[in-house]
Amino acid sequence: MQVSLGTLIAQGISFFVFIYVTMKLVWPPLVKAMAERRAKIADGLAAAERGKSELEEAGTQADALVRAARDQAAEILEQANRRAASIEAEAKADGERERERQLAAARAEIEQELTRARDELRGQVATIAVTSAEKILGREIDAGKHRDILDKLATQI
Amino acid sequence: MASENPSASEYVLHHLTNFSVGEGVWTLHVDTLFFSWLTGIFFVTVLWLGARTATAGVPGKMQNFVEMLVDWVDNSVKETFHGPRDFIGPLALTIFVWVLLWNFLDLIPVDWIPVLAYNVFGFEYTRIVPSADINAPFALSISVLLLIIVYSIKGKGLGGFGNELLTHPFGSHPLLWIPNLLLNVVELLAKPVSLAMRLFGNLYAAELIFVLIALLPAWILFVPGSAWAVFHILVVPLQAFLFMTLTIVYLSLAYEKH
Repeated sequence: MQVSLGTLIAQGISFFVFIYVTMKLVWPPLVKAMAERRAKIADGLAAAERGKSELEEAGTQADALVRAARDQAAEILEQANRRAASIEAEAKADGERERERQLAAARAEIEQELTRARDELRGQVATIAVTSAEKILGREIDAGKHRDILDKLATQI
Repeated sequence: MASENPSASEYVLHHLTNFSVGEGVWTLHVDTLFFSWLTGIFFVTVLWLGARTATAGVPGKMQNFVEMLVDWVDNSVKETFHGPRDFIGPLALTIFVWVLLWNFLDLIPVDWIPVLAYNVFGFEYTRIVPSADINAPFALSISVLLLIIVYSIKGKGLGGFGNELLTHPFGSHPLLWIPNLLLNVVELLAKPVSLAMRLFGNLYAAELIFVLIALLPAWILFVPGSAWAVFHILVVPLQAFLFMTLTIVYLSLAYEKH
């Protein structure tokens, strides 16, 4: 063990040389790279967090959309049902009216036919009656003279 | 070797003698300087290889290893020293890795390198562990003392530092200036002495014990040798870590206002 000033000074200078080299070549690039990586990771985590919240938001939005669509569909369906019911009722009423109308028309026609037939019959009855009476009486009945009797007869038929 | 069949004390002394050039105080311990530079260039190269292509992307194995080291040192500094770390960080890293490598040289069997150096280059003496040569730890700790003074002035200003030297710890009465100054100088000088002596003492003692173990007969040598080596493995990083941590603590005490 021997103190040597020369070694001491040379060693001290060496020390500062190595500190300097470390300070210039080793320390800055590594510290910079680590800081950058830390920032990158922080950014990545923040982005992931943001993505997650965005996804959640999109999910709730989608849920709302689906719910609205379902509501709307239900409403449309109900509306359609209502419309179908009203159309059906209307059609039914129309049918009823048509039937009434046709029935009435048929009835009127029948009535008319009946009246016509009755009139015709009435005329024929008078003729038949006159002919019958002529045959019975063996002579001609003056239709003009006995009009009142014939008319009375006809109305009785 | 000095003689073909050295006595035990000759053997031990031989192992504790540096390869020196020059005379008196200007003697240079060539072996200490050589192995300091060897380990220094080795660690700077390894760290530089890791840092050279450092990217913020996925780090390679080399970058990962170096980053782990730098991150650990950076955090150690950050916890204690509250100021710019552009210089203190590299300083702490250099101290830790360099001292660690010095100390690791102690685990190389004590005769290997001296015998090699003697047989190949004809060097009479070779001591390979710089931290077991008192000049190397003191070179570091005196450099740290200079940095303590620099950082005291940087942190408190020249006036603030002078004021602290004169008025701490007893008070600001002019009569107390001299005792204050004396105490502060002693305190200031105690720091490098304790730093260097702690490292030197541990490594010198360990080296001495390895040398003593080497004196045992060859058939039993490896039992105490490996036991002491395993124990010493704990001391190696611990002393390097202590030197680094205490340096940071001293510098943060110097830098911060009380």
